[in-house]
Amino acid sequence: MYGWFEENGLLLGLALLDGLAYAALVFMVAVGLNLVFGVLRVLNVAHGSLYAIGAYTAASLGLFLSARGLPEWASLAVLVVAAALVGGILGPLIERLLLRRIYAQEPVLQLLVTFALFMILEDAQKLIWGTQPVQNDAAMRLLGNFDVPFAGDFIPFTAYQLFVLPGVAVATLVGLAWFLRRTLTGRVIVAVTTDREAATAMGIDASRIYLLTFTFGAVLAALGGALSSPTASLVPGVGAQTIVLSFAVVATAGLGQIEGAALTALMIGLSRSIAVYFMPEAEVLTPYLIMVAVLLIRPQGLFGAAETRRV
Amino acid sequence: MRRTETILAIGGAALLVLLAFLAPWLRFVLTIALAKGIAVLGILLLLRAGQVSFGHALYLAFGAYVVAFLAPSSPEALILMPVAMLLSGALGLVVGLFVSRYREIFFGMLNLAISMVFYSLLEKLYHYTKGTDGIRVGVPRFLGMVLERDDFEWAMFATALLLALAIGFFVRLYLASPMGQALSAIKTRETRLEFMGLPARGVLLSAYVLSTLMGGLAGAIIALTTRHVTPLLGYWTVSGELVFIAILGGAGAALGPFLGAVTFELVRVYAAASFADAWQAILGLVLMGVILFFSRGLWGMVESLARKRA
Repeated sequence: MYGWFEENGLLLGLALLDGLAYAALVFMVAVGLNLVFGVLRVLNVAHGSLYAIGAYTAASLGLFLSARGLPEWASLAVLVVAAALVGGILGPLIERLLLRRIYAQEPVLQLLVTFALFMILEDAQKLIWGTQPVQNDAAMRLLGNFDVPFAGDFIPFTAYQLFVLPGVAVATLVGLAWFLRRTLTGRVIVAVTTDREAATAMGIDASRIYLLTFTFGAVLAALGGALSSPTASLVPGVGAQTIVLSFAVVATAGLGQIEGAALTALMIGLSRSIAVYFMPEAEVLTPYLIMVAVLLIRPQGLFGAAETRRV
Repeated sequence: MRRTETILAIGGAALLVLLAFLAPWLRFVLTIALAKGIAVLGILLLLRAGQVSFGHALYLAFGAYVVAFLAPSSPEALILMPVAMLLSGALGLVVGLFVSRYREIFFGMLNLAISMVFYSLLEKLYHYTKGTDGIRVGVPRFLGMVLERDDFEWAMFATALLLALAIGFFVRLYLASPMGQALSAIKTRETRLEFMGLPARGVLLSAYVLSTLMGGLAGAIIALTTRHVTPLLGYWTVSGELVFIAILGGAGAALGPFLGAVTFELVRVYAAASFADAWQAILGLVLMGVILFFSRGLWGMVESLARKRA
C-alpha cells in the first residue's frame, strides 16, 4: 500500500482537487433542480440547458467586453453578471409563459413539457453559438496557479478551481440554508414544499413563490454554467450531460435535501475524478453506479424521508 | 370506439403500404416508425400505471446489438428478431425485479441511470463494440433467401407492419384484461390494489417485462433495417423520444403509438431536410403544442372527431 501511494500519491492529490472543483459545479446545478422540484413538483429537464446557456453567455460576454477594453480583473464579475442575466430573464419567462399552464396536468406531461423546452433550447444554442468550441479562460488565467502542499510535495493547481469554485459552492450552501430557515420568504418556500395545500390555506401566495423559486433555481444553474466556462471549452451537448448528472445527484440524495445534495455532489464529484485518473473507462459510469447502489439500499435516497403511502 | 379503432388500424396499414409503394424512400422511414411504434406500445403499458421510464432506449439498443453480434454467425432475420426480443426480455426481467420497487421520479431516474450505464459500456468497450463507430450488420437472410436490397426492405417493412398489428392487438386485449385493469389501478390507488390481494409489484413487473420484449424487438427491426448500430441508439434522448411519441400519439389506445411514431418520423424527416439546424426545436414545439392544447394526443383528436360524427 505504501508503495502504491509513493507512486500514485500526487495523481491521487490531483484527482481529489479536481473532484472538489467538479463537485462544486455539480452541487450548484443539483441544488437548484432540487429546490425547483421541491416547490413546483416539476422535474425540469431544461435545467441543464440553463447551465449550458449560462456557460456560453458568460464566455461570449467576457470575450465581447474584453475586446472593448474591459480590465482583466473584471472577468470574474462578468461570470456572475452573465448568470444573473440568463437566470433572471429566462427563469421568469419559462415559469410564467410555460410552466404556469401545466401545473394542473399529470406529472408525465409536465416532465415532457420541460423535455420539449430542452429540445428547443439545445437547438437555440447551436443556432446562436454554432457547433465550434467556444473558450474564454480569462477568469482562470487572472488568478494564476497555486501550489498545494500534499504529502510532502507540491501540486500546482489553478487558484480559480481551488478557491473560487468550492468557495462559491460553500457560500451558496450556507446562504441557502440560512435563507430557507431564517428568513420569512425562505420559510414560506419550505412550507410550500412540505404541504402546498396547507400553505395556500394559510394565505400564502403560491404563485409568487413558484415564480421566485424557479427564477432562483435558474440563476443557480446559470451560475454553475458560468463558473464552469473558464475551465473548459464549450461544445454542444453540455446541457444533456449536466442534467442527467444532476438527476443522479438529486435522486441519490433524496428530494428536498440541501445538505444532502452537497454531500452527494461531493461523493459523486470525487469518485468521478478518481475514476478519471485511475480508471478512465469507468468515468461516465461512476455517478450512476453510486446512484443505483444507494437506491438499492435506501429507496428514498440517502437523506430523504420515507413517504407514507396514500390510501 | 373499439370498432372504429380496428377499422382505422386496417385503413392506416393500407395507407402505409400505399405510401411505401408511391414513395420508395418512405419505406425505410415507415419501417423505422413502425419499429418505434412497437417500442412505444411498451411505454404505453407503463404509462397506464402512471410510471414513465426515461431509459427504455436501453432495450432498443440491446436488441439492436444482439442482432449486430449474432448476424455474422446466424444471418436469418426471422431468427434474429425473436432471439433479440427474448434476450431483451430476460434483461428486462432482471432490471425489472429491481426497478418495480420504485415509483414516479425514482422509477424514471433509475431506468435512466441503468440505460446510461449500458450506453457508456457500449461506448467504452471499444474492443467488443467498436465504440461510437458502431457495428455494421452484414446482409441478413430472409426465410433463408439472400434478397436484393429493395426486396429485403420490402420484407422488413411487411414484417414490421404485421408485427405492429399483432402486438397492437395484443396490447388492446391486455389492457382490457384484469391484468391491464390492475395496471391502471397502480396509477389511481396502489394501496387498494394490495388490499384486494393483488401484488402491485408483480403487476408492474409483468408490464415492464412485456415493454422490454417490445423494446428489444423494435431494436432488432431497426438494426436489420438501418444495418448499422451505434451506441447513440441507447442515449437518454432516445428514451425521451419514445415517451415523446407516446404522448404525441395519445396514451388512450393501442393505435396511438403508431399515429405518434409515423407523425414523429415524418416531421423529423421533413424538418431535418428543410431546417437542418433546427429540426429538434421544431419537434420540441410540436410536443409542447400537443401537450398544451391536445393533452390526449393525436388519438384523442381522432376520438373526439369520431364522437362528433356519431
